[in-house]
Amino acid sequence: MLTVRDTTPDELPAAAEQLLADGGRLALVAAHHDADAVRIVHLFVSGPPDTRTELHTRLDPAAPELPSIARLSFPGGRFEREMRDLHGVVPLDHPLPRRLVRHFHWPRGWYPMRPDAGPPPPFAEPEGPYPFLEAEGDGVYEIPVGPVHAGLIEPGHFRFSVVGETIIKLKARLWFVHKGIEQLFQGRTPETGLALAERISGDTAVGHALAYCLAVEEATGTTVPEPARRARALLLELERLHNHITDIGALCNDVGHGILNNHAQRIREHLLRLNHGITGHRLLRGGVVPGGAVLQALPDRDRLRALGADIREVVALALNHGVVLDRFTGTARLSAQAARDLGCLGYVARASGLPDDARRSHPFHDYGETLTVPVHDTGDVLARFLVRAEEIDTSLALVDHLAADLTPGRTVTPPARDHGPRAGNGIVEGWRGTITTRVELAPDGTLSRVKPVDPSFFNWPALPVALADTIVPDFPLTNKSFNLSYAGNDL
Amino acid sequence: MSGAHAVSALGAVRGVGAAAMVAQVVVVIGGAPLLTGLMRQVRARMEGRAGAGIAQPWRDVRKLMRKEPITPVRTGPAFRAAPLLLVVTAGVIAALVPLVSTATPVSGSADLILVVAVLALGTVSLALAGLDTGTAFGGMGASREMTVIALVEPTILLSVFALSIPAGSTNLPAIVAGAEHHPGRLASPAGALAAVALAVVVLAETGRLPVDNPATHLELTMVHEAMVLEYSGPDLALVELGSQMRLTVLLGLLASLFAPWGIATGASVGAACLGLLLLAVKVAVLGVLLAAAEVFWAKLRLFRVPELLAGSFLLALLAVTASYFLTGEGSR
Repeated sequence: MLTVRDTTPDELPAAAEQLLADGGRLALVAAHHDADAVRIVHLFVSGPPDTRTELHTRLDPAAPELPSIARLSFPGGRFEREMRDLHGVVPLDHPLPRRLVRHFHWPRGWYPMRPDAGPPPPFAEPEGPYPFLEAEGDGVYEIPVGPVHAGLIEPGHFRFSVVGETIIKLKARLWFVHKGIEQLFQGRTPETGLALAERISGDTAVGHALAYCLAVEEATGTTVPEPARRARALLLELERLHNHITDIGALCNDVGHGILNNHAQRIREHLLRLNHGITGHRLLRGGVVPGGAVLQALPDRDRLRALGADIREVVALALNHGVVLDRFTGTARLSAQAARDLGCLGYVARASGLPDDARRSHPFHDYGETLTVPVHDTGDVLARFLVRAEEIDTSLALVDHLAADLTPGRTVTPPARDHGPRAGNGIVEGWRGTITTRVELAPDGTLSRVKPVDPSFFNWPALPVALADTIVPDFPLTNKSFNLSYAGNDL
Repeated sequence: MSGAHAVSALGAVRGVGAAAMVAQVVVVIGGAPLLTGLMRQVRARMEGRAGAGIAQPWRDVRKLMRKEPITPVRTGPAFRAAPLLLVVTAGVIAALVPLVSTATPVSGSADLILVVAVLALGTVSLALAGLDTGTAFGGMGASREMTVIALVEPTILLSVFALSIPAGSTNLPAIVAGAEHHPGRLASPAGALAAVALAVVVLAETGRLPVDNPATHLELTMVHEAMVLEYSGPDLALVELGSQMRLTVLLGLLASLFAPWGIATGASVGAACLGLLLLAVKVAVLGVLLAAAEVFWAKLRLFRVPELLAGSFLLALLAVTASYFLTGEGSR
């Protein structure tokens, strides 16, 4: 159920407060440079029942300013900072008006998302200093880590302020991988935009592609046939499976128990080969397309059952290992209150006692009784491990259930070029959490604006909060238990 | 006539002893990378991987030796001297400790306290090098290493003391030779307690699981590796070789103290050769056992490491007490 309301800048905070008080969650904020105004769209969602409310606020294009809602919603404040850095829209009375996306060397006054931005100018006069907050006191020292790390991981800079081995403050500086994806979408047809959507975060090809396709289908008024919806639900669970088992192995590896990682990697490889047979791509690209889905084959259910038994064995071996269990238990607790305030999503939220799952609140397919949403409330590494282990069981059951009535092939209703409301939202529970994508179409049917939001955008601020009073050597384990995307966060 | 004969016999004793000592050092230097290679191979096979082969650490040394040496700016003599000191101290210990023969020219100086001090010298020089780089990781690794060593050194001393009480000397060759002639000393409770205590501290001292993870790439969890992050090229080759030699020597010491059979006590060339062969076998067996055990272990939380080491210290203390009373020293 989608409601679109126009508000003036002055009415915006009150309207947002009302929607949040009614149980809504701020899922997305996107700025649009229309011919006569800068239009800001705030998307609030809640469910079940699936409820989506868009607030459209028009600002003066010469001096775009809007009142900040950062005091009402923490993610709102971060969306505003992102919007200011990329669009030059100024949030008024923002409590934390620091830069978010703009690094030190970004040229002053150049906002890449403005229609008149042009190609990026050379690195020039910087925006000015970009200091870290210094923690002071007896015996406080700083550990700078990254952005280049020893392992094969994405770039991010972490600045620890430490006393002895205890972290008293952690600042994560990300945004090293800005690719301009939002602008690359513009002018493409919905079909050619799909390849970009699949690459927003490489490990979430299905999640992002599906959110994008749902948005395009809503914008064009396309109805997806039931078998295609079923196939999409299947692909989404297959993606969850291979990512969850990889991280379960990686968590064991980070506490020095490498043998379980080796087995997890073996299982992952089997799953990726299975994926290759199903969509022709190991990471499941090409399975979800605008208007439907393409399956080259169905998963071998006996093989999946065997792999499921292997996964359960790996999980049991990890949990029955005294040292591994000790390392997981009580490490980096994220309280339910903090998770709620920060707007956490996915397994991070579910490990801290928040039972949100877009498969329940914003379903694109009726999962029936097979869908269970595991929730733990201790908020530590163990809880995140357990949530993911239990989600694997659910996913296996769902894959088994969904594959039963499917046949391979292409089931697509091609989206119409010139029908529909020209704007739409897609909300999907990807393996990492809820992905929201908003699409607007130009009159000629090309994409005029695509705004994807990865759950990592919401979850990154929770990492430093969980790490307060944790010891430095437990950071890699904690970071892995969150496993947030750098690429999906920094578009 | 008989005097000249005695002199030449003495010369032969010295010659065989010196040869045995040189053989100890050469075998430790040459064998240390192979031991590491063997342990990695065992681990790889047990985890279902193919493994890089036993000679891989030597290939790594060759590769690193060909690289250009790089010294970070503003590092001083501590950084430059540490790799050499690490290798030299490990080499000195290899010469001192009775691995092949108890009758070497230096056996009179092979005092327990000296060996522990030389061991500590190598560790401290590496920790100082870590501090010298001025990076957060170097300092962090050095601080962790010092915490570990403060708990490890007393335990090594105590557990070997437990063995030195029956021998009546802190001289390692005397302890080993005594144990070889009176195997009953090892089968005592004191011997068993000391063996466990020493085994635990050898794990800590050489940066193995569950204290440190030698295979990790996570800078923030490292102990030993964090100190040596700034080394590259030939210096890194020396650091790696030095660490591998320490592991070999400590495993060799463990073998000599608790399974001394086959170590030459006289001047016979045959006995020395047998000692050499048995040394290689014993150290390889210990290495394989350690590598196999590591597959089933996980790394302890850093703040639990002192608990483990304190436990091993307690075992060592019990070993000394048991040894003191059971050998009748207490009743004198």
